[in-house]
Amino acid sequence: MNQMKRTSGLTVAALSVAALLAMSGCANQGSAGGGGEEGSSDRVELPVQEKLDVPEDVVKAAGDGKAKCDSKTTIAYVGAMTGPNAQLGINIYNGSQTAIDEHNAANPDCQVTFKKIDTEGDPAKATGPSAQATKEDNIIGVVGLPFSGESKATGGIFEDAGLVHISPAATNPDLSTNGWKTFFRGLGNDTVQGPALVKLVEKLEAEKTCLIEDDSDYGMGLAKVVKEKMGDKLECEDAVTTGQKDFAPTIQKIMDSKADTVIYSGYFAEGAPLDNQLVNKGFDGYFIGPDGVKDTAFVKQAGDAANNAYYTCTCVPGDLIPEFAEAFEKVSGGDAPGTYSVEGYDTMTIFLSGIDKGITDRKKMTEYVRDYNGVGYGKTYKWDDTGELEDKAVYGYKTEGDGIVSVGLIE
Amino acid sequence: MSSDWISFDFGALIDSFWATTFDGLTLGAIYALVALGYTLVYGVLNLINFAHSEVFIAGAFAVVFFLSALGFGPSAPTLPIGMLILDLVLAGIIAMVVSGGTAVLVERIAYKPLRNRGASRLAFLISAIGMSFVLQYIFYEWRGATAEPAVTMFRPKPIFEVFGSIIDSQQLTIFIAAVVMMVCVDQIVQRTKLGRGIRAVAQDPDTATLMGVNKERIIVATFAIGGFLAGAAALFYVMRVPSGVFYMGGFILGIKAFTAAVLGGIGNVRGALLGGLLVGLIGNYGATILGDSQWTDVVIFIVLILVLMIRPNGILGSNLGEARV
Repeated sequence: MNQMKRTSGLTVAALSVAALLAMSGCANQGSAGGGGEEGSSDRVELPVQEKLDVPEDVVKAAGDGKAKCDSKTTIAYVGAMTGPNAQLGINIYNGSQTAIDEHNAANPDCQVTFKKIDTEGDPAKATGPSAQATKEDNIIGVVGLPFSGESKATGGIFEDAGLVHISPAATNPDLSTNGWKTFFRGLGNDTVQGPALVKLVEKLEAEKTCLIEDDSDYGMGLAKVVKEKMGDKLECEDAVTTGQKDFAPTIQKIMDSKADTVIYSGYFAEGAPLDNQLVNKGFDGYFIGPDGVKDTAFVKQAGDAANNAYYTCTCVPGDLIPEFAEAFEKVSGGDAPGTYSVEGYDTMTIFLSGIDKGITDRKKMTEYVRDYNGVGYGKTYKWDDTGELEDKAVYGYKTEGDGIVSVGLIE
Repeated sequence: MSSDWISFDFGALIDSFWATTFDGLTLGAIYALVALGYTLVYGVLNLINFAHSEVFIAGAFAVVFFLSALGFGPSAPTLPIGMLILDLVLAGIIAMVVSGGTAVLVERIAYKPLRNRGASRLAFLISAIGMSFVLQYIFYEWRGATAEPAVTMFRPKPIFEVFGSIIDSQQLTIFIAAVVMMVCVDQIVQRTKLGRGIRAVAQDPDTATLMGVNKERIIVATFAIGGFLAGAAALFYVMRVPSGVFYMGGFILGIKAFTAAVLGGIGNVRGALLGGLLVGLIGNYGATILGDSQWTDVVIFIVLILVLMIRPNGILGSNLGEARV
């Protein structure tokens, strides 16, 4: 008896839900014929970059083919190979591997060994593998570490061992303020990326911008730079927390401000649902994010909504360099170059060119990198006293289909 | 956040009062459905079932998997309306079954053995927390840290305007459906034999048993009802937050639902309803006045503490056993 009543109670509930869904469906159907693209027509679309001009004097890994060196000479990659952020590490070390393969194929008398050491991208776990790298005397240079957190945790270890390391991806500006003589950064840091975000807004001819930041060092640091640049020109500001998935008050604020652009300073995990919910609420402007958002996972999670997204990244679009892309795909098993693959290649090439010039120890390699001045696939590699690049290239990207494509350099 | 670390902007709330209110009520309705699960179990067993948040997220995973298998994705589908409704109702039923099943399973594994051995209430509490972590990390190992790709059910469309603010189809669907379900549960507890059993066990388990109430059956039924409601909440949650399903997703929402249950008076069915709606509203109002969403949770808990100082048993106070209508 009671079973019956309970069932009937739930049936009533189910029927009510059905009735309501019918209402929502009705409302939804109205738009199906009209197409959901309203408003997007007056958006400026930046053209996709078709090709990247490679400078003629680019330094390639192969060198002149006459190099001689001890076969024990080793360059290591230290960084994520497994763990939640492994993909970025894989992009990088496959780039480095491409350089090694090219070099060793061209130089029969100089077979450099490539050693990969896994940190899982985790600051708490990175110290062990880093110490291991410094204890192997044959390792005279390191590509790594990719992330800011682990770089911060291990910089001292490399400094004590006098082992030069070039980070192909870490963007936290503070890393170069530790006085480390062995730390170099193969890309522009966040004080470069912040202004690039603002520049992108200008290029898109957006008029009213909202800045949304998360609570990470990365997101807050970048947002600070954007605020310094834009000041009172920001229409609204809000902050979200890591792990947040429902952004109703933030979205309300953005809609109330009538903004046509949102800069999201954070990672894709929060950026994707934010963009998705914004578009569902009728937002038809741009969604602009930094390299933390530039991830195919963002497009996957935000769906259609991601079509309004533009990104900045200090990474060079390797897929636009056919000769590099071809060589890379042989190493990666068919995957196109990803974020920071070119940086993986270029930084490795710097070490290889040093070995080709007869360098055999860490001290000379550190000096060689410090005084280096050469052109890579993506940019000119020449460092200032703190280990920061002088060339501050930032590329713009946008969503196209399921992927992310370059829209060229943002000056 | 601007350089002055806190500022009050009541103008912002006045400007968008109704929009904020409607949105808060929608969110609150979802909290309330989940809160009912906490409250029912607490009423019957005097146990905070911390694993209830994972019961909820299990249903949300079910919704995502089911709808993905049907071809739903991040972009709104272009289905005929009948099909859409059928799909969503099916998704809701599946979520309710999965959440209900998970709830009963949790009861069997984590609580029943303890009850049979007459364990202390502290043991139940630790077991509940443990179960919550176990389920969370099962989801983590299985699906990883990244959220599931978005499953958009439909793009909300304006239905009508109230005080210059638009109420959309999504808000209306969630709010009304959730309230109807809550009324049903209230009626089940108040009027059916099962409900009488639940109230009897809540009031005095031993006497209830002497009077011929099958206590074990009542307990399982209570967990199952809580699970069904969490499953329904999961459907509405995914409707509102299409890409919010990941291993920690239940935990975050669960904390707020639990807060709602305490605010309304834990163990009290109507208290859960009231508490849920209030938590949704307070969070939204607070964030709007303070101009920063990061304050949402702070405001909710400040209000909770203030209310508990004046009414230690929550707004509606009394527990399930004492509830009389």
